[in-house]
Amino acid sequence: MTDITKQSLSELVKNIKNKKLSSKEVTKAYIDRSEKSKELNTYITENYSSALEMAEKFDQKPNLDLKLPGIPMAVKDLFCTNNIRTTAGSKILNNFIPTYESTVTQNIWNEGAILLGKLNCDEFAMGSSNETSFFGNVQNPIDKNLVPGGSSGGSAAAVAGQLTPITIGTDTGGSIRQPASFTGTVGLKPTYGSCSRYGIVAFASSLDQAGPMAQSVRDCALLQEVISSYDPKDSTSIDFKRNEYSKELTNNIKGKKIGIPKEYRIDGMPKEIEDLWQKGIQYVKDCGAEIVDISLPHTSYALPAYYIVAPAEASSNLARYDGVKYGFRAKGENLIDMYEKTRSEGFGTEVQRRIMIGTYVLSSGYYDAYYLKAQKVRKLIKNDFDEAYKKVDAILTPSTPSSAFKIGEKTDDPVSMYLNDIFTVPVNLAGLPGISIPAGHDTNGYPLGLQIIGKAFDEQNVLNIAYAIEEKINFKNKITDWWIK
Amino acid sequence: MSIDLKTIKHISKLSRISVDEEKADKLAGDLNSIFNFIEKLNQLKTDNIEPLTSVVETTLKLRTDEVKSKDLREQVIKNSPQDNEDYFVVPKVIE
Repeated sequence: MTDITKQSLSELVKNIKNKKLSSKEVTKAYIDRSEKSKELNTYITENYSSALEMAEKFDQKPNLDLKLPGIPMAVKDLFCTNNIRTTAGSKILNNFIPTYESTVTQNIWNEGAILLGKLNCDEFAMGSSNETSFFGNVQNPIDKNLVPGGSSGGSAAAVAGQLTPITIGTDTGGSIRQPASFTGTVGLKPTYGSCSRYGIVAFASSLDQAGPMAQSVRDCALLQEVISSYDPKDSTSIDFKRNEYSKELTNNIKGKKIGIPKEYRIDGMPKEIEDLWQKGIQYVKDCGAEIVDISLPHTSYALPAYYIVAPAEASSNLARYDGVKYGFRAKGENLIDMYEKTRSEGFGTEVQRRIMIGTYVLSSGYYDAYYLKAQKVRKLIKNDFDEAYKKVDAILTPSTPSSAFKIGEKTDDPVSMYLNDIFTVPVNLAGLPGISIPAGHDTNGYPLGLQIIGKAFDEQNVLNIAYAIEEKINFKNKITDWWIK
Repeated sequence: MSIDLKTIKHISKLSRISVDEEKADKLAGDLNSIFNFIEKLNQLKTDNIEPLTSVVETTLKLRTDEVKSKDLREQVIKNSPQDNEDYFVVPKVIE
């Protein structure tokens, strides 16, 4: 049998169901590898001893009908876990121990999975490189000097480094798809309203969405069917018929119409990204799908609109961190002084910057010029997609305008950092599902991703197209275990 | 448009984040470069466009107003940085 941590989720499930492996063996294998991988800095909180106990308990009375029977997994530290510290990568929540469980993680435990620990991320999911985390940056398993992307950087690095078979992240402007692309893994941002936001530390409520990250499309599909559910506790959760995505997964995409938006061919895009895109187009054609040129005319306005809408919502959501009810408190001479010092010392630079932008665009006299304007532009962007979907079933684009960049390369220039999300942000603004799959390497051998964007609630089609392309590409991630001494 | 130090002080007060001179300078620079980037939106005419407030056209569901969880006092107070039995404690506000 291959090394446990090299197996896919589907193989692990099969081996546990066939009793070739016990949950304890699998759990122990991932813990051992995680212990040897501290240099990657993927974990904020480890849950190893309790995970082993739970695995033993599972093995004593295994319920093999479950979808994730005794499967250990780590999750992004943005999901509240009952009695286990949840920090959102921030000093302000450094000592926060939730007394409740997020719906998405509860769905996962209900199917038999076991929590290995909580994974590093950009502070409050605000960042594209995992460098804004209070707990330090994460190393990309691909290469020591590279960022893993962000904000779900710890999640992507943990999957790529085989420290967890699967994981979940959250995606507000690309935070699942961009790190997946940077680490050679698969990441799905589901339709807004597909996965409950209950118990997820809020960033921008009209954009935030949880989603699966894995080594393959099939594993992503299985995890998506576990986490997606209608939840009355989230008023924006949508009650629609959810597929058993992994069971209905097919590589038959014959006759599907795939749109290629000309606006995604941006100035200064590296040739290798253009080449990758062309390769993707060829693969789709080889699968019998039809390529259709489309236009999404307002694409270049998506990022500016996002950097009004997301900070505005963040400034409102993060008002709750006042040093009174939970989290870090600084000493102050009076109540206002305490608030101001708590927030100044408790939040990092990028989070403060975004709260300030958000406060400004919502402040008296500026609301119409900025926030209302951005919401109107958001409508235009959604209209673009609605028009396109009259002609096509899905859209194929690159995931990011470049491969992973070096640690420290973009930290002094927020706008250049924001530009990383140029291909992913429009998808969040329109609330659509999008997946990033690894599709090739650049000249340095760093992975590059392709993105498939679908119609709302059409995760199945997105997964099917990704599955068909994945089979053609036959991508192999170059993981050398350089961090294991 | 340019965000000056006076505006930074004003936003800092509104957002309850204390900002010293050095930080204010840096923030003014960062915010100006971000707002220069955002200004691109002014190229678009949006007079007759309805603002999008929710990506999914749906009306909020109603439910009966009933208590579903109780005895949460201990849980609610558990994470407070300073508590006094049943209360959150804050610096003195009334002289």
